[in-house]
Amino acid sequence: MKLLAERRRHPMALVVLLLVGLLLTGGAYAAFTGTSTANAEEYSASDVEEGEKLFVTNCATCHGMSGEGTENGPGLIGVGAAAVDFQVGTGRMPLQMMGPQAQIKQPQFSEEQTRQMAAYVASLGPGPAVPEDEYLDPSKGDAAAGGGLFRVNCAMCHNVVGAGGALTRGKYAPSLSGVSEKHLYEAMQTGPQNMPIFNDANLTPEQKRDVIAYIKEVTEETEPGGFSLGSIGPVSEGLFIWFFGLAGVIGITMWLSSRSK
Amino acid sequence: MTMTHEPTTAVGKAANFAETRVGASKMVREFGRKIFPSHWSFMLGEVALYTFIILVLTGTFLTFWFKPAMGHAIYEGPYVPLQGVEMSEAFESTLAISFEVRGGLFIRQMHHWAALLFMVAVSVHALRIFFTGAYRRPREINWMVGIALIALGMGAGFTGYSLPDDVLSGNGLRIIDGLLKSIPLVGTYISFFLFGGEFPGVDIISRLYTLHIMIVPALIIAFIAIHLMFVVIHKHTQWPGAGHTNRNVVGEPVLPTFAAKGGGFFFMIFALLGFLSGIFSINAVWAYGPYDPSPVSAGTQPDWYIGWMDGYLRIVPGWLEFYVFGLPLSLNINTALLAALVLFGAMAIWPFFEAWLTKDYREHHILDRPRNNPTRTAVGVAAVVWYAVMWAAASGDLMAVFFHMSLNDMIYIFRIMFFLGPILGFIITKRICLGLQRKDREIVLHGYESGEIIRLPHGEFQERHKPLDPHKLWKLMAYESPRYIPAEPGPDGKISKGEKRRATIAKYFYEDRVAPVTKEELDAAHHDHHALESGSHEAGSRGSIGH
Repeated sequence: MKLLAERRRHPMALVVLLLVGLLLTGGAYAAFTGTSTANAEEYSASDVEEGEKLFVTNCATCHGMSGEGTENGPGLIGVGAAAVDFQVGTGRMPLQMMGPQAQIKQPQFSEEQTRQMAAYVASLGPGPAVPEDEYLDPSKGDAAAGGGLFRVNCAMCHNVVGAGGALTRGKYAPSLSGVSEKHLYEAMQTGPQNMPIFNDANLTPEQKRDVIAYIKEVTEETEPGGFSLGSIGPVSEGLFIWFFGLAGVIGITMWLSSRSK
Repeated sequence: MTMTHEPTTAVGKAANFAETRVGASKMVREFGRKIFPSHWSFMLGEVALYTFIILVLTGTFLTFWFKPAMGHAIYEGPYVPLQGVEMSEAFESTLAISFEVRGGLFIRQMHHWAALLFMVAVSVHALRIFFTGAYRRPREINWMVGIALIALGMGAGFTGYSLPDDVLSGNGLRIIDGLLKSIPLVGTYISFFLFGGEFPGVDIISRLYTLHIMIVPALIIAFIAIHLMFVVIHKHTQWPGAGHTNRNVVGEPVLPTFAAKGGGFFFMIFALLGFLSGIFSINAVWAYGPYDPSPVSAGTQPDWYIGWMDGYLRIVPGWLEFYVFGLPLSLNINTALLAALVLFGAMAIWPFFEAWLTKDYREHHILDRPRNNPTRTAVGVAAVVWYAVMWAAASGDLMAVFFHMSLNDMIYIFRIMFFLGPILGFIITKRICLGLQRKDREIVLHGYESGEIIRLPHGEFQERHKPLDPHKLWKLMAYESPRYIPAEPGPDGKISKGEKRRATIAKYFYEDRVAPVTKEELDAAHHDHHALESGSHEAGSRGSIGH
């Protein structure tokens, strides 16, 4: 303790403190961003029944007693199980508050409950189902082909490495890093929020898998060049050189021009 | 027959050889005894020089592997997400430098980080020159050489940024193409001439390459040579201080002190850049993918020094495009060039404008502390704010995402700040400078606050003010404060229109003034220091404002 107290006014103390702080927050961030996957399966009558109960208590205020929609929320007939699995599974639904778009949060329902609600909404009318595992395995996809599709179809909103980007009036395309394969697929399939729908005629399930393979490749690969500074390109690079590069330079100049005491 | 001294040692012989062939002792006498004052802010230009040397070294390395061609290639290298993807040879060779050439990625990152740091150093150096008034006679031309170097640095950076032919740089080139095409009448021709046909063509990379590795660096080297030559001719400026006059330079000689420090400094900058480049990724072209004109990525920005022009394009309203006789006049695009012209033009003419306003055409070798010329400092801050607003506007979309703002609101805010920011910057800075000058006056006249509280016999508490040491006193007293000179009649006895205009502007700029403390004031203050009254010195300092 004495050692620590003695060194607290050391010129490097601030640097060490900063490093410790950054490592702690970075470590905590890494620890709390996990992913999970669930299997698609046939729904039983009891799933639908349980799902209806959950729907009536949690969703009907905005989406109507039988999913027909109200002025506060769209109708859900024909959106399919995939839409429910995405919206509820990522925590976007039930909506935490009104705003330009639904925010991601800790999912409010268990996987079982989500599945039951999906079963109920799927029973309202035919729509896209929760994708099969076959199309969710990035190792079966072609990342290079997916990259080409991603650059042409997705990069203008989500950024070329999936870092996210701004849309008009407070809406935005979220970052794609850490999003599960299933949710990526469902987002393409159902077009949540402001996203366009990429149905199977538009991007085949195999192509969607390629896109997923590309996203996983660019968001999860080890960075060949070192710390990526958020992968948002020249802005973070510029900020970095102005704050840390210039600080380093000025530190050196002050050291060199200081007089020995 | 005269006896000449014949050296016997190896070093002596080598020195003798140099002396008799190129006259080394003369050169050492001329340059080795140049004096450079020592202050950290005088070393920023050096940083620019050293980063430029690092740029040349790393850039030369890159030329050995880079293929400046837009020929068709299919990637078969080790980077999996691009295997089998069609691309240009330029992009393929950039990937090869990054993943296959030993040390290639490190050198590439070092080249890029050095470019960013070069522009930072150049900019901060220019700000130091401006805010200390170092551009005044006789250094006006060197100031303009410096501005040319900033512009050339932007050119070198942009041409280099475009070479890898990735999606990001291609988007940047497309904006340049748009800018060129927006020039009335000749724009389309210029664009077709530069790109060798319709954008993107197949010529642009090799043309940019010639510009980037030959023409622009050659110009930069030439201008650096002129820049340094002027520093030798004019000698270095110095901060005010005891013994520092307009006719001497107090500091360290080039040989041995300054040269040794400079050499070490170079390697420190090299090490800093080596550290950055080894740890932090920059311009991950493999992630951006090969350019084709269809994709545009969200969050596409240029490198920081081009950002302010990009920002201007982002906030300028679209309705500024008109049709004149059926021909488009794209003021929503081409006024970006105008903004650049305004900024660089204003910088170039400022030294002459200031001299004209203050009628101060004398030589200056002693620097101003920024507070001692409130108007200049305020004008500089206004320009910096204007630049920074445009600069920030270039990343408005990222701010919107990260701070959960509406992108539209961001644009409105920047539009307002584009006009309001510089005005606020000017007023606030000027007031702060005047306030700091008044504080300096207080300290000179009544000493600094010692923190010692004394109790007088009748019970009053007072803080003891202690006199400054002579060096500090000199620093706070010995400066020139520009004053407003009313319109004066010319040789013909009449006040010309131009002179009237000068007086009007000068009055606005220089009317508010805090005069330096005179010797009489100081003596008077010392005289009645024992009967210190807070009221009397308040009046004294206030009386000196507005002269």
